[in-house]
Amino acid sequence: MAEALKTDSTKQALLHVENLKKYFPIKRGVFQQHVGDVKAVDGVSFDVYQGETLGLVGESGCGKTTTGRTIIRIYEPTSGHVIFKGRDLATLRSNEMRELRRSMQMIFQDPYASLNPRMSVLKIVGEPLEVFHVANKEERRERVANLLQLVGLDPDFMVRYPHEFSGGQRQRIGLARSLALNPELIICDEPISALDVSIQAQVVNLLEDLQEELGLTYIFIAHDLSMVRHISNRVAVMYLGKIVELTDRETLYANPLHPYTQALLSAIPVPDPTIEETRQRILLEGDLPSPAHPPKGCRFNTRCAHVQDICRQEEPAFIEVASNHFCACHFVTPTTT
Amino acid sequence: MTSPEHLLEIQHLTTRFHTEDGIVHAVNDVSYTLDEGDTLGIVGESGCGKSVHALSIMRLIQIPPGEIAAGEVRFRGQDLLKLNDDDMRKVRGAEIAMIFQDPMTSLNPVKTVGFQVMEALMLHEGMDKARARERTIELLDLVGIPEAAQRVDDYPHQFSGGMRQRVMIAMGLSCNPSILIADEPTTALDVTIQAQIIDLVKRLQQKFGMTVIWITHDLGVIAGLARRVNVMYAGRIIETGPVKDIYASPHHPYTVGLLGSLPSHGSRVSSRLFSIPGEPPDLIGLSPGCAFAPRCQYQTPRCWKETPPLEEVGVGHIAACWEKDAVRRV
Repeated sequence: MAEALKTDSTKQALLHVENLKKYFPIKRGVFQQHVGDVKAVDGVSFDVYQGETLGLVGESGCGKTTTGRTIIRIYEPTSGHVIFKGRDLATLRSNEMRELRRSMQMIFQDPYASLNPRMSVLKIVGEPLEVFHVANKEERRERVANLLQLVGLDPDFMVRYPHEFSGGQRQRIGLARSLALNPELIICDEPISALDVSIQAQVVNLLEDLQEELGLTYIFIAHDLSMVRHISNRVAVMYLGKIVELTDRETLYANPLHPYTQALLSAIPVPDPTIEETRQRILLEGDLPSPAHPPKGCRFNTRCAHVQDICRQEEPAFIEVASNHFCACHFVTPTTT
Repeated sequence: MTSPEHLLEIQHLTTRFHTEDGIVHAVNDVSYTLDEGDTLGIVGESGCGKSVHALSIMRLIQIPPGEIAAGEVRFRGQDLLKLNDDDMRKVRGAEIAMIFQDPMTSLNPVKTVGFQVMEALMLHEGMDKARARERTIELLDLVGIPEAAQRVDDYPHQFSGGMRQRVMIAMGLSCNPSILIADEPTTALDVTIQAQIIDLVKRLQQKFGMTVIWITHDLGVIAGLARRVNVMYAGRIIETGPVKDIYASPHHPYTVGLLGSLPSHGSRVSSRLFSIPGEPPDLIGLSPGCAFAPRCQYQTPRCWKETPPLEEVGVGHIAACWEKDAVRRV
């Protein structure tokens, strides 16, 4: 264990995110007056190491997808830094960004909406090659055939259109497209949520095989905590635009420190009737507050069972409470182990 | 009339849809029984017929293109499929109620939440408006909506997803039904909200002694909720039994695969997930034989020709597989 952590700290960070914020303005009236902000991502910081999978989990509206999209600059960050291989993406000009984007790709949640229905598979998967002028027509065809084979599809499928494929196959096509330019980092935004259970396992296995084969680094965004546990090396838990806890997966699942992480883990149904019979759940009261008006102090204070006065006044700092274990709660204090 | 043995007895239920592409065999020869106070879980992936089977019980299948081609649905001894529309309307909501997956679209956006709950009370229970409103506030309070007396006049868009599902449950419960059919009621919700809703349904069931049919694709939800479980594949029940037996010793290769494809929940994190190869079959051109044969590692020539019957493999535990002995040995 101690050894694993040691190598962690010496590992090279491929991506360094620092105090990243993304606010969406709320505009009202004829003059489109700026009346407030939806603070979708409100100051998140983390590192992603070369070759690892970082899980980003949380419930709907916690900002996990916005974080992914802001890193890759589909959204312009409001403030903060995204350092990828030593260059700050947040301040790059668009033509420089374009070059760097070759090494960062994204796959999306909905395999039905993310592929253009009027494009053949050849065109979909080959488009990145065309855009970056990396191959002529013949080479492109060959490369697409290889890519399809890589994701477990028949190369003959390249003449077909998206509607001819099932959800799992479409997700494979999306993956083939994202691999076309040999990226180093892939942001997977809920890639399996729309798929059936038996197909989910196929796609997760494929992602793991490709990671090993091509040395990819993943940010795996999901709300399914049991799948995140399976695929991730480290996991970050988000709540209302902030990361509340971040550590390696074994520690997070065995010893969650933040009350929200504890409740979230306890809410996952376990597919074992004998365990379910005796298990005590931590039931959270109420709903997620609106990110336009987050609660003062700790954002979790409206639903937390351990809430004290300080939680309603002061925002807890995101600190390293044990080696490589970060948490933002007033009542979790650093231990010396 | 002789007193019926079971609360609900379904025999050979078969539902089809006639489409331009051909006949979709959505539900094929489904039979099971349900007793008072039971909780039955129905699991399966999209297109396995689990929802269509529930809609067939409620007679909410649009005819045409749909057709309930064969079978009986006996509720307290009476075949619901033979009732005329007026009599069926008296069963629906009052005796058997259903809540749906998507709380965002199953409420009417232009009517207040209170009105939608009151409607059933006035129709089925013959209450006047004032009494129905009073009862509605009680119901909303019961399902855990804070400040129910004020929120009764709100519109659905003013409620969150979890709150809307609570309203749907209040509607379902309004006439004290004997059976509540819950069709993926928590699929659209976050896990912490899902835990709240499951807890709520369990408490209400204890309080009112309701019988619940819970339809889901999530094997975890079923584990904590149901006593018995039906596993469906391509419109058929392929395995059924007490929930503990199914999870501890599944006999059908599909059930084995489904359970195996879940990431392990214990301390050990396995390196690779088991995955079932291929895709679920197209329900239009269903070939004879076992529908799972094309994806099955145990298949033999017989599986492609003859449909395996449901046979007892344990106490109340039934599976439909020709090769179940081979499956058990592994």
